[in-house]
Amino acid sequence: MPTFELTPQLMREIIMDHYSNPRHKGVPADAHGYLKTHADSENCIDDFDLYLKEENGRIVDAMWDGIACTISTASTDILCERAIGMDAKGAHYLVEQFMNMIAEKPYDESVLDEALAFVNTGKQAARIHCATMGWTALDELIGGNKNNG
Amino acid sequence: MIDPYLIRKDFPMFVNGVKMQGHPLVWLDNASTTFKPYSVEKAVERYYETETSNSHRGDYDLCFKMDEEVLNTRKKVANFINCDPTEVVFTSGTTASLNLVAFGYGAKYLKEGDEILLTQAEHASNVLPWFKVAEMTGAKIGYIPLDEEGRLTVENLKKALTPKTKIVAVAYVTNVLAYIAPIKEIAKACHENGTILVVDGAQSTPHMKTDVRDLDCDFLAFSGHKMLGPTGIGVLYGKFDLLCKTDPFMTGGGMNAKFDMCGDVGYLQPPLKFEAGTQNLEGIIGLGAAIDYLGKIGMDEIESYGRMLKKYCVEKLEETGMADIYNPHSEGPVVAFNVKGVFSQDAATFLNSRGIACRSGNHCAKILIDYLKVYATVRASFYIYTSKEDIDALADAVKHGKEFLDAYF
Repeated sequence: MPTFELTPQLMREIIMDHYSNPRHKGVPADAHGYLKTHADSENCIDDFDLYLKEENGRIVDAMWDGIACTISTASTDILCERAIGMDAKGAHYLVEQFMNMIAEKPYDESVLDEALAFVNTGKQAARIHCATMGWTALDELIGGNKNNG
Repeated sequence: MIDPYLIRKDFPMFVNGVKMQGHPLVWLDNASTTFKPYSVEKAVERYYETETSNSHRGDYDLCFKMDEEVLNTRKKVANFINCDPTEVVFTSGTTASLNLVAFGYGAKYLKEGDEILLTQAEHASNVLPWFKVAEMTGAKIGYIPLDEEGRLTVENLKKALTPKTKIVAVAYVTNVLAYIAPIKEIAKACHENGTILVVDGAQSTPHMKTDVRDLDCDFLAFSGHKMLGPTGIGVLYGKFDLLCKTDPFMTGGGMNAKFDMCGDVGYLQPPLKFEAGTQNLEGIIGLGAAIDYLGKIGMDEIESYGRMLKKYCVEKLEETGMADIYNPHSEGPVVAFNVKGVFSQDAATFLNSRGIACRSGNHCAKILIDYLKVYATVRASFYIYTSKEDIDALADAVKHGKEFLDAYF
């Protein structure tokens, strides 16, 4: 369970906070040892790179850089925050739960924390891709379904 | 003056009370596509219900009638843009028309070192085919500088023309900023330089009178669906002698007169030589009905109504104090803007939550970004059924634009 009560006001604040002040936006100073992938969209201007560094089977750093709307900026930034410290299996589980939430299927909210702010994305169908593109990209970087179970 | 509410009675999308996000639909994405009147719908339906047959494929009455219908629409298009029916090629739309000129004419005649001139405001469909042709032939791409407002001027064209310039390809009305280019003067300058002028008419043909003889452009491309017609049908106009010199982009049935096993082929004359395969017959018939509908209203009426809406929208958005408008002085019925401090996609999502359909992004004019110095804009575009109340709804939403995350809550 999240450690806070999720009100619409709080969800707005979370999204705006990560949009105005993204913690993980930028190119790694030394990209050596980082996995990198590109994410873009045909229906939004979102166009960014995602960087991931793994050491001893754990994600030790995650960053992204590029152009993105509020929804993809905040969701990708929160993703980076959540994924750091996880192993591939945990990160895949995280992505899976986020995708389930967006698709309005049953999901485990205990791992999502601030990402729960995107629970209503389905109301604006055209923005679902914005909310999920960073997550799909990360899942691909860590090997995706190969880590499932 | 056009009464949009009277016009809406002819459009099923309005009569059926279509809603978006629980709100009555405010359709401000006409530069992308337009709604279709019943008369177009009925014409398409008629083809499937009582007139189905292929064209020039048989000796019976239905087929003969279909040939007549196709020829009849070709004549309507010719009359609509003032050319000869033999100069009207049916295509799938503006993109196909521009590709046909680029590959059928450009790729055939351009040589290494030749130059193709475009502008930064062109739609991808009038840029990417030329990039490809340049790559194939060794020709170079150049850009005619726009003036400080984003307008294409004859003076700047003249400065950019060189003896190497073989093709100039520009929009009559650009799809983001909507300035009307002085095509007649541009054509004169091009021809004095021995240059062919290709005009992208996708955003002009639906909104103003087009007279290709008066303009003296060499090719003109446009789409049916942006002028009340069906999707998947468009036109390439070309001067007949140039069409004769242009290679078909596609070959196959319906465009050859004869061929033998040695590979000797005789093509039909234009326009049939460009129309390989079974044509989009329902589209052709529907386009004819769309031209009839526009003709009843009158293209001059349509143009002046569009200018009135444009002016009204700029005033209303300026009143909000919340909008950065990028083309307040352009003539076309398009307003490109951003809500201050709000990313364009977020603004468009907010508009969606109020039932307002506007396009956001770079509108397929990706190289315009360098000129506007913004990544993307929101684009509101109007047509004959757009009301002042639609624009009021837009302005009211823009006023509340800072609350854009409301779209999700």
